[in-house]
Amino acid sequence: MIKNEMKLQIPSRSSNESFARIAVASFFAQLDPTVDEISDIKTAVSEAVTNSIVHGYMNEIGDIFIHAKILDDDRIYIRIRDKGCGIDDIKQAMEPMFTTCKTGERSGLGFTVMQSFMDNLKVRSRKGKGTTVILTKTLKKRI
Amino acid sequence: MSKNHDWFLIYYLNGVMSVDVKIELEGGDMIAYLNGEIDHHGAAKIRNDIDLRVEGAHPDLLILDFTNVSFMDSSGIGLIMGRYKLMKDIGGALKITNPSPQIKKVMKLAGIDRLAVIERLKQKRRSDYFDKK
Repeated sequence: MIKNEMKLQIPSRSSNESFARIAVASFFAQLDPTVDEISDIKTAVSEAVTNSIVHGYMNEIGDIFIHAKILDDDRIYIRIRDKGCGIDDIKQAMEPMFTTCKTGERSGLGFTVMQSFMDNLKVRSRKGKGTTVILTKTLKKRI
Repeated sequence: MSKNHDWFLIYYLNGVMSVDVKIELEGGDMIAYLNGEIDHHGAAKIRNDIDLRVEGAHPDLLILDFTNVSFMDSSGIGLIMGRYKLMKDIGGALKITNPSPQIKKVMKLAGIDRLAVIERLKQKRRSDYFDKK
């Protein structure tokens, strides 16, 4: 059951990276998460949004759609979707250190960070249609 | 309302400040005091500043100081690895000081602790620049 939800649509400008992660983290503040949990959420969202900006919409500005939900038992759900170029090979893209970037300034760790900082990561992509990343996590019960 | 509300507002205002860097030379060492949040947007801005100074001064050691960095994602790893390669090319070394637990977590995931010394300083580094400001 969805207890609360939030939708956000932003253009793929790199200046929106900090806005996106802080907006999502602020939405989940009502669950009174720990500082560590908030850091994990912010980092994972930042990675997904950066992927859409850097790879999805490589040479253009397009829209990024973020849908955040609070489910039963303090489970959180974040979907980040773009209508960009899509990923050729998802399995390869998810390998640590794999990057299509030739400048040497991208670490190729985006999906690895999302996997490590959240409980679950799902990636769906179609060439030319876009990419959807779904992040889920159960917050710890506060005593 | 959540008791975290004010805290988030402060955090948000910090976030929109993005990131800047102040670079100082101390003997043969170059210290880059990073300040703000390091993401893909911010990393691009400070990368050139650091590289220009390193290429000009050829320091033996480049210290990236994270005392005033409140957030970093994997774009910061790209920034560190790029500077590691640059220092290796000129025969120098890289050191990282005072990352927060969140930033250390990202660094360890990338194996940065195998490339550079990560140091927690008892005395927090303070740039003279910020004192003069």
